[in-house]
Amino acid sequence: MALSSKTKAVLWGPLNKNNPIIIQVLGICSALAVTSKLEPAIVMAIAVTIVAALGNVLISALRKTIPTRIRIIVQLVVVAALVTIVSEVLKAFMYDVNKQLSVFVGLIITNCILMGRLEAFALGNGPWPSFLDGIGNGLGYGWILVVVGFVRELLGSGSLLGYKVIPQAFYNAGYENNGLMMLAPMALLLVACIIWVHRALNKDLQEETN
Amino acid sequence: MNRENSGYTILYASIMVIIVAIGLAFTHQTLIDRQTTNVNIDKMQQILRSLRVDVPANQAEAKYAELIKNAYLINADGTKVEGTEGLKATDPAFATDIAKDAGKGLPVFEAEADGKKMYVIPMTGKGLWGPIWGYMSIESDGSTVYGTDFSHAGETPGLGAEIATPHFRKEFEGKTLLKDGQFVSIAVVKPGQSVANRDYVDGISGGTITSKGVNAMLLESVGKYKDFLMKLNSGQ
Repeated sequence: MALSSKTKAVLWGPLNKNNPIIIQVLGICSALAVTSKLEPAIVMAIAVTIVAALGNVLISALRKTIPTRIRIIVQLVVVAALVTIVSEVLKAFMYDVNKQLSVFVGLIITNCILMGRLEAFALGNGPWPSFLDGIGNGLGYGWILVVVGFVRELLGSGSLLGYKVIPQAFYNAGYENNGLMMLAPMALLLVACIIWVHRALNKDLQEETN
Repeated sequence: MNRENSGYTILYASIMVIIVAIGLAFTHQTLIDRQTTNVNIDKMQQILRSLRVDVPANQAEAKYAELIKNAYLINADGTKVEGTEGLKATDPAFATDIAKDAGKGLPVFEAEADGKKMYVIPMTGKGLWGPIWGYMSIESDGSTVYGTDFSHAGETPGLGAEIATPHFRKEFEGKTLLKDGQFVSIAVVKPGQSVANRDYVDGISGGTITSKGVNAMLLESVGKYKDFLMKLNSGQ
């Protein structure tokens, strides 16, 4: 399907110059919590993408009927219902992954990216652009999570997706896993590094300094 | 229709809540059987891991049926509760959750591994962020640990969560719970430290609170079985 340049911007913008994490600095909390291993980071990225897309579509379809005074509550109920369904489906079909993510599936509800997109985009746009916006923001959030998860698992545990990738010979030669990588602050520092590199590559994003 | 009208707002909220409630109830009802099966299989896998048998989920039921010979509840004094024997997932030994059903009795699973008779008992305790639990298989002397398995709800990955790794579980193999016929448990200590007069294993570096939780669980939760274990030990 051919996409107009506006819908393209809606879909791809959040992956790069309008990224929810590195530009808007939203959703940082879960970026810290689930990225110490790669697999939960990937599942979390998929789950957030699904919930963001469906939530956006539902709110967008309902936007002309939602009473303004309770719109935040309506958004919250829609997101909470979707997250509960995702959590139930994970429990039934991907029990192991659900165990790994434990409480963080439920915490998708509190992810500010979701509420942010519903409030900022879905309430003012049709279902199709809203769907793309949800997918775009979910993926924009997701790729940062995956990058951070990749670095943290590789340097913190010496493995990727649970498989050992750093050969035993390195450990015998005195190499050690960096325990600091497993701690939450390291995720924040890694996100900061991504922001740094990203700004360095995109001069137009740099703020004026005095 | 005026969207700012209070009547409309109340009606909207009510209908929304009812629709969402029906939707969620329906989802839950459709998936509950599958979820229960998953939970039971997961529990069987844990029990099997404590017997040093690690099988994927699709083989767990068959292997469980093969190795577990009997299951029942016991009283705190170590005597069997009459009429509680049964191997099915709905029978008392399997269905009893020792974290919630205190007072109903303590589950014991009799198993055969390595050609020897084993007793598998559940344990439950507290970690840093939430509950931790596990299973321990004990040889017929009521003291020697054959294997263990630990699970947790949400310990820190890479730190406290390491209690679930084979590396930590295997430390317990061959350690004894009893000394001179008395229950002393197994201590979990900081790596490098030691304790006198009882067996000990190294805790998790950086997972101090979780390690202490395991230590307390071994003392208190396994301690509930001490009469049962001491009876086995004295050969009664």
